[in-house]
Amino acid sequence: MHTIPLLGRGDFSEWRDAARALAAAGISPREVDWRVNGSEELFEVAAPELPAPSATAPPLTVPPAFLPLAEAVVCHTEPGRFHLLYRLLWRLQSDKRLLELSADKDVAWARILAKNIHRDSHKMTAFVRFKEIPGEVEGRRRFFAWFEPSHFIVARTAPFFRRRFADMDWIIATPKGTASWDGESLIFDTRPGDNPGHGDPTDDLWRTYYASIFNPARLKLKAMQAEMPKKYWRHLPEADLIPELIANAEANVRAMAERAASDPPLFHYRLRENAPALPQIVPAGADTIDGLREEARRCQRCPLHCTATQTVFGEGPPDARIMMVGEQPGDQEDLAGRPFVGPAGKVFDAVLKEADIARNTLYLTNAVKHFKYEPRGKRRIHQKPDRNEIEHCRWWLAKEVELVKPKLIVALGATAVFALSGERKPLSQLRGKPITMQGDVVLYPTIHPSFLLRLPDEAERKRQHTLFIEDMQMVRHLSEMMAA
Amino acid sequence: MKKSLQERLAILSDAAKYDASCASSGTEKRDSVKSGGLGSTEGAGICHAYAPDGRCISLLKILLTNFCVFDCAYCINRSSSNVERARFTPDEVVWLTLEFYRRNYIEGLFLSSGIIRSPDHTMGEMVRVVRDLRTVHGFRGYIHLKSIPDAAPELIEEAGLYADRLSLNIELPTDAGIGRFAPEKRPDGIRRAMGDLRRKIEAAGEPTLRTKQRKRFVPGGQSTQMIVGADGADDATILKTSARLYGSYGLKRVYYSAFSPIPDASRALPLIKPPLVREHRLYQADWLYRFYGFGVDEITSATGGMLDLDMDPKLAWALANRARFPVDVNRAEREMLLRVPGMGTKTVTAILSSRRFRRLRLEDLARLGVSLRKVRAFIEAEGWTPRQLADRADLKTLFARKPEQLSLL
Repeated sequence: MHTIPLLGRGDFSEWRDAARALAAAGISPREVDWRVNGSEELFEVAAPELPAPSATAPPLTVPPAFLPLAEAVVCHTEPGRFHLLYRLLWRLQSDKRLLELSADKDVAWARILAKNIHRDSHKMTAFVRFKEIPGEVEGRRRFFAWFEPSHFIVARTAPFFRRRFADMDWIIATPKGTASWDGESLIFDTRPGDNPGHGDPTDDLWRTYYASIFNPARLKLKAMQAEMPKKYWRHLPEADLIPELIANAEANVRAMAERAASDPPLFHYRLRENAPALPQIVPAGADTIDGLREEARRCQRCPLHCTATQTVFGEGPPDARIMMVGEQPGDQEDLAGRPFVGPAGKVFDAVLKEADIARNTLYLTNAVKHFKYEPRGKRRIHQKPDRNEIEHCRWWLAKEVELVKPKLIVALGATAVFALSGERKPLSQLRGKPITMQGDVVLYPTIHPSFLLRLPDEAERKRQHTLFIEDMQMVRHLSEMMAA
Repeated sequence: MKKSLQERLAILSDAAKYDASCASSGTEKRDSVKSGGLGSTEGAGICHAYAPDGRCISLLKILLTNFCVFDCAYCINRSSSNVERARFTPDEVVWLTLEFYRRNYIEGLFLSSGIIRSPDHTMGEMVRVVRDLRTVHGFRGYIHLKSIPDAAPELIEEAGLYADRLSLNIELPTDAGIGRFAPEKRPDGIRRAMGDLRRKIEAAGEPTLRTKQRKRFVPGGQSTQMIVGADGADDATILKTSARLYGSYGLKRVYYSAFSPIPDASRALPLIKPPLVREHRLYQADWLYRFYGFGVDEITSATGGMLDLDMDPKLAWALANRARFPVDVNRAEREMLLRVPGMGTKTVTAILSSRRFRRLRLEDLARLGVSLRKVRAFIEAEGWTPRQLADRADLKTLFARKPEQLSLL
């Protein structure tokens, strides 16, 4: 049996060095008696007598995940921690994937210990309270904190305070060691520190804040104590307010309830009087496209306005010769407030370019002016507008046609065809066949550009892309003919 | 007579407490090692204290002023309320933030404000505070700023350069509710502001052509809050609104805040104990939607639009869908394991990793931190089948909470 005495105050290297030597000598966990000698008084332990390495032992290897685990476990106060770690180290030599087996007894225990350490360390970052020591030294303000951690975590947590409080000198003293920072070096001393009991006048402001931010109508004491266990309360300046806050909570809420609402203060009435009247809703029948657009911003003809971001109205020259009508705005259009700016819009732009049509000569709009969708996680899935929504929105589309007076209207997709002509035949039967409508306006049905995005087959997509370009060339041709 | 700083701190933090958000997580990592200044953020947030209401105190949550020209019925600061009014100067907020931060009371600042004069004036004052903190004092802690709808785009743009998170509260789940209780608020304006912010955040996330660097703009994203129990909206309506907001504007969080009686409350609203359990269930349902693959309809349809107050929504779903159980922990897919009541995302990941090496027994699950009492009826493991447990008519009672004495209020 090998007896290994360690100081056991969170220093990883003392365990590592001993464990390395023992394992190299082929000594099994059963033959090692790990002792912790680091009591509060005794800070020196005799260096353990370590065996000579065995010539036959294979080199020691561990998976990368073992190191952070062991470094955490070493900081625990659990007396069996060194034994547990050595057992894991030993077993890892024959079973490299042991740590992936979360349900293993040793692994599970080590994980629990490591979790305790992370929690303790986290609580230290949360509950340390610095008190200012009056008087600057060389232009730096000085602060002191007393803290009582459950484990030997001061050394591993101190860098956090260095990263955060670089511009001030500070000391964090605990029974398990003291850390300090002076702007140049972070020093750690394993010996127990002293608590001189500093005060700080700013604590009063903090206590005021703590008492005021508390909502007496919602007492949840268990939730509080689970996260802020009582063992920390002693050194939190705000904690002694807690019993009184709890005791008076119910009475305060009752008083609130009993005090019926009083009459509003004078300035409320002054505000009411001076409040600018809400913008008047423009009466229907605006006779310009801009007026119509303004009116459509407040459209509530169907419930889609409650879920969409905004009305996406048509845009383009108010006297455009060609009007193109899509189905409805998509995700990007809904956010931008402009038609054809999303992925389908990009496809459309490319096709227009190939067909030699300038986008800025077109009046672009949609059959339905609000985006209809179904939320799916972080995305929105497009949904086809139903007949009712199309019918409601047709009112706007008809007005747009009436004001722009295009010679040629291109219906992109079945929804647009239906909205413009009432025609419900499948698009495949209508595509590319101009329909003459009232007032000699020609309606040209074709596909919606988003159709190209949905085709999974590359060859078919290319074919349809070419067909779509031909459609657009035809549109240009028709338009030129009509002008001539 | 002018109120002291302490008196104003009391008024303006009291006025801010109905905003539930206190997160200080999810932003970029930064520290003061190189600059030798003050402040850091390290990914995970830190709660520096807890109030007896169970809420974490992570940020100095205050209003610049509680004067407000709006008259939202549910709000303590509405213009028709007789609460005491006060205001801070931007310098005072800066001073309080830095001094609180130095003593490690807080992770940073959450600044909001009543609307005074105009949206631009109010937003401008708030932006001044954060600009000073960042540029004059080199403060690197967390900053959450409330953005004011209808404020000028340049102001929002500038706020986004300094703040870790921006938020805009929708407050009520339906447009009709907003119209009734917050007549000056414009739901479409709020949605547009959220949409604009999403576009700005996404644009900043694109690497620039020249430097390949991403612009720093609201790294902690945007969030919002809904008040629960002030209007008549049911849970399904609330959750659908949340789902829409998550999907539409890439929100990091939707906070639910049980409507709680406020001093000098409006007569239009119920003066009852805040529905804390309902609020809790909504958060659970929100989690199921975001991390467990549940649809909003699945969670709410079995119970007629309201979540069961006696049990968590996952258990309620499992009891309503018993045919899908028991689930074999050694074979089931991740999606189905996530639906077992009592198993969280971490547990499921641990199960998937462990079962590659051996078949798992109930004891193994216990070591992974699973509560056997909760999962036993719903799973099969090596050496364990729940027999008829899942078919028991009284299965629900096995999970019921102990009866509690209600208080009178």
